[in-house]
Amino acid sequence: MKILTEHIDVPNIDSIDVFMKHGGYSAVTKAIKKMTPDEVTEEVKKSGLRGRGGAGFPVGMKWSFLAKPEGVPRYLVCNADESEPGTFKDHYLMWKSPHTLIEGMIVSSYALGANTSYIYVRGELMYVINILEKAIQEAYDKGLLGKNILGSGYDLDLFVQPGGGAYICGEETALLESLEGKRGNPRNKPPFPAVKGLWQCPTVVNNVESIAATSWIVNNGGDAYAAIGVGRSTGTKLISASGHIKKPGVYEIPLGITVEDFIYSDEWCGGIRDGHKLKAVVAGGSSVPILPAELILTTAAGEKRLMTYESLSDGGFVSGTMLGSGGFVVMDETACIVHNTLTFAKFYHHESCGQCSPCREGTGWMDKVLHRIEHGQGRKEDIDLLVDVAKKIEGNTICPLGDAASWPVAAAIRHFRDEFEWHIEHPELATKPGAVFMRKGASWTK
Amino acid sequence: MSKIVFPAETLELVKKIIARYPEGKQKSALLPILHLAQAEWKWCSPEVMDYVASLLSISSIEVYEVASFYTMFHLEPVGEHVIEYCRTGPCCLMGGVEVYDHLKKRLKINTGETTKDGKFTIKEVECLAACGWGPVFQIREKYYMHLTNEKVDEIIDELSK
Repeated sequence: MKILTEHIDVPNIDSIDVFMKHGGYSAVTKAIKKMTPDEVTEEVKKSGLRGRGGAGFPVGMKWSFLAKPEGVPRYLVCNADESEPGTFKDHYLMWKSPHTLIEGMIVSSYALGANTSYIYVRGELMYVINILEKAIQEAYDKGLLGKNILGSGYDLDLFVQPGGGAYICGEETALLESLEGKRGNPRNKPPFPAVKGLWQCPTVVNNVESIAATSWIVNNGGDAYAAIGVGRSTGTKLISASGHIKKPGVYEIPLGITVEDFIYSDEWCGGIRDGHKLKAVVAGGSSVPILPAELILTTAAGEKRLMTYESLSDGGFVSGTMLGSGGFVVMDETACIVHNTLTFAKFYHHESCGQCSPCREGTGWMDKVLHRIEHGQGRKEDIDLLVDVAKKIEGNTICPLGDAASWPVAAAIRHFRDEFEWHIEHPELATKPGAVFMRKGASWTK
Repeated sequence: MSKIVFPAETLELVKKIIARYPEGKQKSALLPILHLAQAEWKWCSPEVMDYVASLLSISSIEVYEVASFYTMFHLEPVGEHVIEYCRTGPCCLMGGVEVYDHLKKRLKINTGETTKDGKFTIKEVECLAACGWGPVFQIREKYYMHLTNEKVDEIIDELSK
C-alpha cells in the first residue's frame, strides 16, 4: 500500500504535467470545488493521521485548535527542517516528488483558511529548495496557486524559506522564530502557535509527510486511510532505513508490519549485511531509546514487535522505544555502542540553543564524559554520572531537545552497561582501532 | 574587497524575497539574504553583515546574532571549496571516520583549516539528512554520497583542476 510514494519512481514525476497525468492535484480540485474547509478537516480527523515529524500528535486535532479571529491572517508552515540523525525521508520525498508536498500544502492551507503558507526547508538542502521553487512556479502557471484558485475565489501564495543549519529549528516555535529572521530559540508555551504563532498570528506547523498525506485523505476519505494500519497507528509511514542493512533507503510501509519483517524482508531492508548479525536498533531517530536485538524484535512480554506507535513504545523506556520520526538506524555486531552514543551526544551538545542551563551545560558534560570513556580515560563513576546528568536535563527545559539529548545516553547505558564498563576497565583493548566489546552469550556474538 | 553591493539582478531578487512577507516583517528575509550574501562573497564578514542589515533596515547586531547562531554561515574567510562532512552516528556506522581521515590526509589539513593554496576548507557538520546514503559530505549545494577513499580522491582531483 503506497500513498506518498506510489509514483515516486516515474521518470520526471517532478514535472507538473507528468505528476498530473498520474492523478496529481486531483485532491486540490476535489477539496476546493466540492468540499468546505471544515469538511476537509473532518476527513483528516477521521483518518487518524498523526504528526509524522516525531511527536505523533493527531493532525486533525492540531488543526481544530487553530484560532480564527476575524480579520487576522492565519498561516500554515510546513516543517521541512528534517535534521534528526537517522531521518532523511522528507529530503527524499521533496527531492523526488516536490508536487506531492505542494498538493498537500494547497489542500491543507484551504482547510485552515490560510492565504499565505511557507515551507521551511533546512538550508543545507538548497538544491531541494530549487526543485521546490521550480515546482511551485509550475503550480502558479496552472492556476493551482495564486489568486482565485480554479475559479473558486480562494487565494493562496506559497513560499519556500531556507533555514541556516540548526537542528533546533525543527522544534515548531524555534522554527517560527527562525522564519521571523531570528535565532532559533524555542518559545515558552503557552501560548501555542495555534493561537500566537508566526508574527503572533494563529499558525499550524506540520511535518512534510503529514501534509503530503492529506491529499490522499481528501481523495479517498478519512475512513479509507484509517482502514490501513493497526489501532491508533493508521495509514502509512515513511521509514528512513540506514546503517548495517543490505538495502538502506526510504520505505513507505503500512503501519503494523512486524519489525522483523521490516529488517529482514527483501521488500524492505533485505536483512543485515552479509556475514553479520543484528546487535541494536535506534528505531525512530537519534532521540529515541536504542534497543538491543532481542527487544526490538519482540517486546519484553515476548510478542512480536510491530512498526506502530504503540508497539514500539510497549514496555515504556524500560524495554521499549518510540516510532518517532521513523529514522531507523540498524547496527550489527561491529558497531560500538559507546562510540555511537558519543556521536549523538556531540550532536546534541552542538545543537543545543543554549537558552536553558540544564541542556546547555548538561549536553556538554555528557559529550565530555563520553569522550573520555571512548578514548580510554573513563573513570568508574562516569557511568552513574552520565545517568545522573541525563536525569537532570530531562523535563527541565523549555523544549524537548533536552529530553532528546538525555534519552539516547540513558538508554545506551540501560541496555549496554557492560559495554561502557568494558571501555572503562580495559582502556588498552577498547581504544584499539576497530575493537568492539563482545557480550558473552548475546545473539549477535558468535 | 571592493565596495559591498549586490549585482543588480540579486538586488531584484532581494526585493522579491522581501515581498514574501507582510509589510514591516522584512526581517524574515534575513536568512535567505544571508545565503545570497555568502554565495556572493564566500563568507559573512562584518562589512557584508552590515550591508545585509542596511538592505533590511535592521540593526547590524540583529544580523550578527543570527549569522553566529546558524552553522551554515562562515564568519571567517574560507577556501574556494568548503567541504562539510557529516560526522553524526549513521555516517560513522558506514565508515565515515575512515573516509574523513583520508580526506584530511589527502588535503594535509585538519577540520576547520584551509589549504595553503586557498582551494579547500574542511568543516565538520552535523547530520545532513542523507543517512541512508552515507558517508556524506556537501560542497556548496551539492551532496556527495556513498563516499569511499577512492571517491574522495576523484572528487578532490576533479576540483583541483
